[in-house]
Order: sequence, then structure tokens, then C-alpha cells
Amino acid sequence: MRWLPVFRKEMRLYFGSPVAYVVFAFFLLISGWFFSQIFLFYSDMSMRSFMQPQFGQNLNITENVMRPLFSNMSVVLLFFIPMLTMRLFAEEKRAGTMELLLTYPVRDGEVLAGKFLSALGLYAVLLALTLLYPGLVAYFTRVEWGPILTGYLGLVLVGATFLAVGLLISSLTENQIVAGFVTFGTLLAFWVIGWGADFAGGNMRTVLQYLSITEHMDNFSRGLIDTKDVVYYASAIALALFLTLRSLESKRWRG
Amino acid sequence: MIQVEGLTKRYGPVTAIRDVSFGVEKGQIVGFLGPNGAGKSTTMRILSCFMPPTEGAARIAGFDVFSQSLEVRRRIGYLPENAPLYADLAVDTYLDFVAEIKGVGRGQRRARVADVLERCFISDVQHRLIGKLSKGYRQRVGLAQALLGDPEVLILDEPTIGLDPKQITEIRALIRSLAGQHTVILSTHILPEVSMVCDGIIIINRGRIVAQGTESELVEQVFPTARVEIQVAGPTGDVLAALRALPGVTQVEPIQARDGATAFVVETPRDRDVRSDLVQLVLSRGWALKELHQVGMSLEEVFIRVVAGEEADHTVGLDADADDVAAAADAPERP
Repeated sequence: MRWLPVFRKEMRLYFGSPVAYVVFAFFLLISGWFFSQIFLFYSDMSMRSFMQPQFGQNLNITENVMRPLFSNMSVVLLFFIPMLTMRLFAEEKRAGTMELLLTYPVRDGEVLAGKFLSALGLYAVLLALTLLYPGLVAYFTRVEWGPILTGYLGLVLVGATFLAVGLLISSLTENQIVAGFVTFGTLLAFWVIGWGADFAGGNMRTVLQYLSITEHMDNFSRGLIDTKDVVYYASAIALALFLTLRSLESKRWRG
Repeated sequence: MIQVEGLTKRYGPVTAIRDVSFGVEKGQIVGFLGPNGAGKSTTMRILSCFMPPTEGAARIAGFDVFSQSLEVRRRIGYLPENAPLYADLAVDTYLDFVAEIKGVGRGQRRARVADVLERCFISDVQHRLIGKLSKGYRQRVGLAQALLGDPEVLILDEPTIGLDPKQITEIRALIRSLAGQHTVILSTHILPEVSMVCDGIIIINRGRIVAQGTESELVEQVFPTARVEIQVAGPTGDVLAALRALPGVTQVEPIQARDGATAFVVETPRDRDVRSDLVQLVLSRGWALKELHQVGMSLEEVFIRVVAGEEADHTVGLDADADDVAAAADAPERP
């Protein structure tokens, strides 16, 4: 596989421009705000449960700090990831560099792999930076690392799904703004689709719940790895990447 | 090295190129000439495997550009129109990426990049961001990336556009030096460039090849006769008659009269040089010879004649359907 050159080029573009740093800074700012609020609320709750023991029966770090934090972070990602992916193909098409990229001796799949993995790499760095939060919690109290690991696994899967969808949409337009906006809209639609489940009945309810992107995240943040959820994300990633590849290849045969 | 047969490309209702066929021998430099929108870039984009032809086939080094695209792409260096590059990368970083993607080994990469930087005269800007460079520098960075990986075939779409005169000379010399080792196909609308750089010329207009061959072949095709312009001070009627009577002269045309002298254009077959006969004739009659010179049959005139001839045909056939126009264009005014 010759994906490495494209991967390295994309990484240089991310880290050579302000993109990576701006996204890191704002993501950490916002998720840090959530974390501090959740953590302060939790310490307040534990103080109260100290006074009234029956009040704090179910109080624990995983349920009351990490789970809401993971859930909030996955929603914030919904806003941030379109900005990481919108450039990937749209910019190349707009600038005309796609013409050169497609005439180099690499397969379309290798170009796609390089781009996807570079975005995933950037995202992994972003997630690594947020390890600060569980680290802080562990400094003050005892934490269960198992559920935190599954939570991060969930975030990786959610993020990879967002990235794959963003990549697909970026490959369909040469306008970055359109790519970013349509990606955001699509992800948002798959997030709010779950809300409809509350009012739907029967099979419809099951289908809507199953389609919701963030619904599947919840099990991971509770420390649960369910095959159903893994299959959901894996198949969404595979489908989006497959369609992206088709969209790239179509440039070669579309008369 | 390059074989193109019956290439046609349509964008929806618009036909960009129609039934284009030509061949380029290994080691040759061929120039693609044509007015804007003639189909030069379309042909090059097909050759570089960027897009498929609607009909017809093209082969480079024996590989089909459509079905064996990867093999073709291993053997070509391509410079697209306007040299699209990554504005946010530094020149050396960018060239390192290109070398890597073209499969130049890690050990040789630095040396190969340094080599093309030198050959394209851009070593002095190697650490600067491409987006901050002037058009001339960017164009040469584009050329440098095409040269990386030492490809057998180079496809260069307007390689000297945006360069200053000194850079143009340098880049032409560079392209000229590629002959023999590399097969080069380049497009341009600077006519002297083709004369200077290319072995063969293909003139394309309205998506069709209207003439091809070496420069002298084209001149002979389009201007089958040699022409001499002579200015004589004497009675116009007598001079005209005398010139017409000269053996070998096929046609004489008075073109202008000034200061008591009249200029004539004398046409003869190519193998007949009438200049000394003309001098003798004029002197023996006691007229005054003011000027005598061969009318240059440059590529420029060939180009204008071929392309303008097509335009005229087109205007005549405006209300005829497209095929009639094409048929008319097929028969340029050659004897």
C-alpha cells in the first residue's frame, strides 16, 4: 500500500497550517468547560450525599462524570469534525491539484486511505489530549479504567464514522463550505433522528433508535461493548468509505 | 511511444476534440499548437489518464491510458495547465511528497529533489511556501514535479506560460535537453517556441488536427510555391508583363505602389530560385531595382493560414449542420 505519501502530505497540511491547532484549542476549551461543570456538580452531589447517605446510593464516577462527559464530547465532535474533513477532497478539486494527484502512480484506494488515516490520526491526537480529564479525576479519587477505555473506544468509532461521512461528502463537491455544511447537516440529522423514536411505535421505533448515531455511543460510555453498536459504526464507516472510493473512481470512467 | 487513434471527447453537447489521431516516436519533442479552446488541454488530460476519452484510444509505451492507467501513470510526468500546486506546502516539502508518491526510494529522494530544483532554477526558493511564490516560480515548481521520477514521457501543458524572457530561454533549453532520452509532448500558443524546441508539430483547431509534420513539411504543405517580393521603379504594365514572361514564374501579383516604384509578389515552384534572373531582367531593361527579398514562410504564416482558413470555412457553413462544416474543414486549401 502506498498510502503513506498522501498521509504524510495531509498531516503536513494539518499541522503546517493553523487548522489543527485551532480545532484542538477550541475542542479542549469547550470539552474542558463541560468537564469542569460536570465534575463540580459531582463533587457538590457527593458533599450532599455525605449529609444524607440515602441520597447518594448510586453515585459513582463512571455514571455521573465520565458518561455525561463522553456524551457531551460526541455532540461537540458533531460540530468540529466537518471542519476537519471538508477540505480533504473539495480543496484539491477547487485548486486543481486533484488533476495531478490522480495522475500520480497511486491507486484511488491508496489516496483515500492516506486521507482517511490522516484525519483519523489528527482526531486520535485530539482524543489523546482529552485524557487529561480522566487523569484529573484519577488524581482526586479512585476510577475504574475499564469503562473509560470502552468510552474512548466508542469515541474513536463515533469520530471515525463522522470522518468517513465527511470524507464522502467532501469528495462530492468542490466547495469547502458546501462540504462542511452538508456534512454537519447529515450528522445532525442522524443525531436527532433518535428523538423521533420517543413518539414512534413498534418497528418504526426500533429502526429510528438503531439509526441514531449518538444512541449507540451510550453503551460504550457505560462500559459496555455491544456487537450491535460496533457493527453499526463499522458498517457506517465501511459504507461511507466505499461510496467515497466509487466517487473517486467515477472521475476515471465518467465520459 | 505515444499512439493516439480516433480520440473524441464530448462534454455533454459540446465536442472538445473530434477524431484526433497522431503518433510520437521515442525521444521526440512534439508541439501541440492551436488557438485557445482548440482542444489541446483536453487531449493532454486524456493522455495523462486524468479523464477518459468518449471514443477512441490512446496508448503510451504500449499501455492503454484507460484500461492500464496505473502502468501509464508510472511512465509519465504531467504538468497541467496553470500548474496547480499545494499553496500551503514549502517547495522542498512538496517535491519530497511528489518523489515519494512516484516511488523514488527514501535514500535517493533528497538527491533527486535537489537535482530537479537545480535543473528548474528554483533552488533559491526551496524553503518558501508555494503560495507565496510568483507565477514564474510556481510554473517551474510544476515543471520540477513533472520531471521527478525520471519519467519516459512528459506531458507539458503550456510549460513556459508566466515566465519572463530569461526564464523562457532557460526552460526551453531544459526541455530541448530532454530530447532523445525522453519523449515530450507540449502545448503552447507561442509559435516561435515550437520552432525552437520541437521536432514535430501538430496544429489543432476546433478539436480537430488540421496539419501535422515537421516545420518544413508544414510550410511546403501550406505554401506549395516559393515567393519573392520585388520592388521595381518602371512602367507597371511593362514590368508585370516581363515578370510573367520569365520562365518558371507561375504567378505575379502587384501589391502596392510607392515613390514611383511598384512591389510585386512573384510565385515560382519551390525548386526554382528566380532571384538572379529577376535582377538580370530588371537591369537589362534599364529599370531601377529598389528591393528584392524572399517572402518568409514562417510557421506563423502557416498557422494563420491553416487556422484562418478553417474559420472562413466555418463562417460560410454557419447554417449547415456540424458535419458539413467539419467536412469543409477537412479540405484545407491545398492543391
